Amino acid sequence: MLSRTADSLYWLARYMERAESLARILRVTDRLSLMPSGTDADGSEWHSAVVVSGCEEEFYAKHEEATPENVISYLAFDPENPSSIRSCIETARRNARGVRTSLTTEQWESLNATWLELPGWNEARVRGGSLHRFLDWVKDRSLLFYGGTVATMLRRDRYHFTRLGTFIERSDNTARILDVKYHLLLPEHAEIGGGVDYYQWASILRAVSGYRSYNAVYREGLKPWLIAEFLIMREEMPRSLISCSAEIKDCLDRLGEEYGQRNEAHRVAGQIYSRLRFGRVDDVFRQGLHEFLSEHIEQNDRLGAEISRVYLM
Amino acid sequence: MASAFFDEMGPRGAEVRQAYRILQAWLDETPTEILTLRREEAETFFRRAGITFAVYGEGGDPERIIPFDIIPRILEAAEWKQISDGLVQRVKALNAFIADVYGAQDILAAGLVPREQVLLNEAWYCQMQGVALPHNIYTHIAGIDMVRVGPDEFYVLEDNCRTPSGVSYMLENREITMRLFPDLFSRYNVAPVDHYCDELMRTLTSIAPRNCVGEPTVAVLTPGIYNSAYYEHSFLADQMGVELVEGPDLYVMDDIVYMRTTQGPKRVDVIYRRVDDAFLDPLTFRPDSALGVAGLMSAYRAGNVNLTNAVGAGIADDKSIYTYVPKMIEFYLGEQPILKNVPTWRCSDPDDAAYVLDRLGELVVKEIHGSGGYGMLVGPKATKAEIAEFALRIKAKPGKYIAQPTLALSTCPTFVDDGVAPRHVDIRPFILSGAEIRVVPGGLTRVAMREGSLVVNSSQGGGTKDTWVLKG
Repeated sequence: MLSRTADSLYWLARYMERAESLARILRVTDRLSLMPSGTDADGSEWHSAVVVSGCEEEFYAKHEEATPENVISYLAFDPENPSSIRSCIETARRNARGVRTSLTTEQWESLNATWLELPGWNEARVRGGSLHRFLDWVKDRSLLFYGGTVATMLRRDRYHFTRLGTFIERSDNTARILDVKYHLLLPEHAEIGGGVDYYQWASILRAVSGYRSYNAVYREGLKPWLIAEFLIMREEMPRSLISCSAEIKDCLDRLGEEYGQRNEAHRVAGQIYSRLRFGRVDDVFRQGLHEFLSEHIEQNDRLGAEISRVYLM
Repeated sequence: MASAFFDEMGPRGAEVRQAYRILQAWLDETPTEILTLRREEAETFFRRAGITFAVYGEGGDPERIIPFDIIPRILEAAEWKQISDGLVQRVKALNAFIADVYGAQDILAAGLVPREQVLLNEAWYCQMQGVALPHNIYTHIAGIDMVRVGPDEFYVLEDNCRTPSGVSYMLENREITMRLFPDLFSRYNVAPVDHYCDELMRTLTSIAPRNCVGEPTVAVLTPGIYNSAYYEHSFLADQMGVELVEGPDLYVMDDIVYMRTTQGPKRVDVIYRRVDDAFLDPLTFRPDSALGVAGLMSAYRAGNVNLTNAVGAGIADDKSIYTYVPKMIEFYLGEQPILKNVPTWRCSDPDDAAYVLDRLGELVVKEIHGSGGYGMLVGPKATKAEIAEFALRIKAKPGKYIAQPTLALSTCPTFVDDGVAPRHVDIRPFILSGAEIRVVPGGLTRVAMREGSLVVNSSQGGGTKDTWVLKG
């Protein structure tokens, strides 16, 4: 298949996943901001949303303060932010249009319908109390595309490239969402492990649709190290880092089989997977959760660059 | 006024023509609300599927859908036979002409077409002189625009030998009509068109370069997603199961064309290109073109890749060359033309120009290199000021214009705001030439949706219809 086609499939899947992830981040942030913290609300949740979305510099170049309005405007609707939800959907659809012959009808129609419905959502409507409906809509559209991909696409290279996009992006996003906790300052007098802390951890689980799953797996209340283990090292958790890593490895293995060739991307993917598969959560905390996650994000980027170099150029 | 035009269903109040009787009965029994509902369904279908085209430089919605009229146009088998035979004959002559002007130039030597008409024409490419193409075919996919003025009277309005578009609409219109009106469709015995893409693929593989080994690799070359016909490019590539490539996906090394794939370079043998000649190769033509492939012409001339349609095929569809087509048919085939040409005055000729300037109010004046209904004057519909302005343009550059009588285009029943009413139509059938010539029974019928309008171009608000050719 054409390298450009593979590139477009990979990126359109990444952008749809990114739109979903942003919706999840905004949802948690909004929930956290409603929390009765007992201190002056300093809006640090909204600042942290900007940080975990990876656009701190660009955001503050444009806005002085991370108010809810500014952050929602920038992360959800700003056409100048290439990673806003709107931009993600538009880029995904533009990519899709360029390779529509490689998509199934279901995939194309779900993306096209998403793009057609997008102008119906705007800041005014969201400010008027529809934020959650909007975020749900984004999540639903992304899940519909993903479902369409899994249910209808021929299991060949184009399918593997599409899924690579989804999981490289998701791996990055789960790491960032988990890292929110690092950037969230506890109010001055709140105690670690206290009500506010608990609430923050619960929100992180909710952001990755993992709250009920967590309880089903652990049954012993929310413990930070267990939550970290759950989102990093438990393969049964579909958005965990190791799940994403296993999927990526699988996609690359299948491509390797189909093309009869393995390369540097396979090695990097194997390395990432091994670290998650054979590492221990104690070590993660010893290294520092934030440091561990930053390193993961970096390695994941390297893998993405390697995939681009080997297949997409 | 309507009586001045031939209506294909039959004039109001008179007997309904044979082919339309079932349709008429069906229309009588179908309430308007149902038709409205079906029209909305059709629009939703086109939107959802993203079957759109772009209108340049007008702002507004960049991706529009072409209005689709839900009432099919119906042609009898015998009517189609005459058209189809005429098309085959015409395209054979056009191909022979192009091969000739880039080769021996017999027709110029015989004095049938003036030398300067060809050699000084901007559509004539010296780079194509002496290049031998497989089967001597230049216009592999031709779209011939025709109008009807009476029961047995068809005129060719224009030959499109470069990159005629619209065939995807012919196919999608059939698809949607069968979906919307299965009962009506089943009451008729309609010849299928869905095998067009198979025929196209067969045509393309039949013209692979002589040195191609094994199954030829075919690709469709598009200028990209912002091109007005992008949907069609992707549709055709998809239906044929070949790659849809853009310029940067291809490169040339040692006169061989390759595409960049996830498994490394892959050689390409036949390119169905939807990029204009001038943009094909920055080394040969426009150096600023980002749509083309550097070195493509060299590979083409070396016979290592074949292009459809051939570079320089436009020499045969120039509106000033058009007038010579009947002579070409006699010259190359020794036959009488089956399809008629519209009488045409060439303003390059002083007598013709004088005649045209005298009668601007009755004539249609077109730019020789114009298309899409732009830059033309429809005399009977124009204001005095417009006519005066056009007269100045003709006097300034007479060689740029031709004129034709205003034809009484036939009308077909069309579903418009105030119900079913006659609207003017033309038709563009598609002719495939490779090792053999193939014509799929049907074409793209374009319809002027506005009452009385004779301009059917989609860029000017025209719509399309499904075209049913009945089996004999």
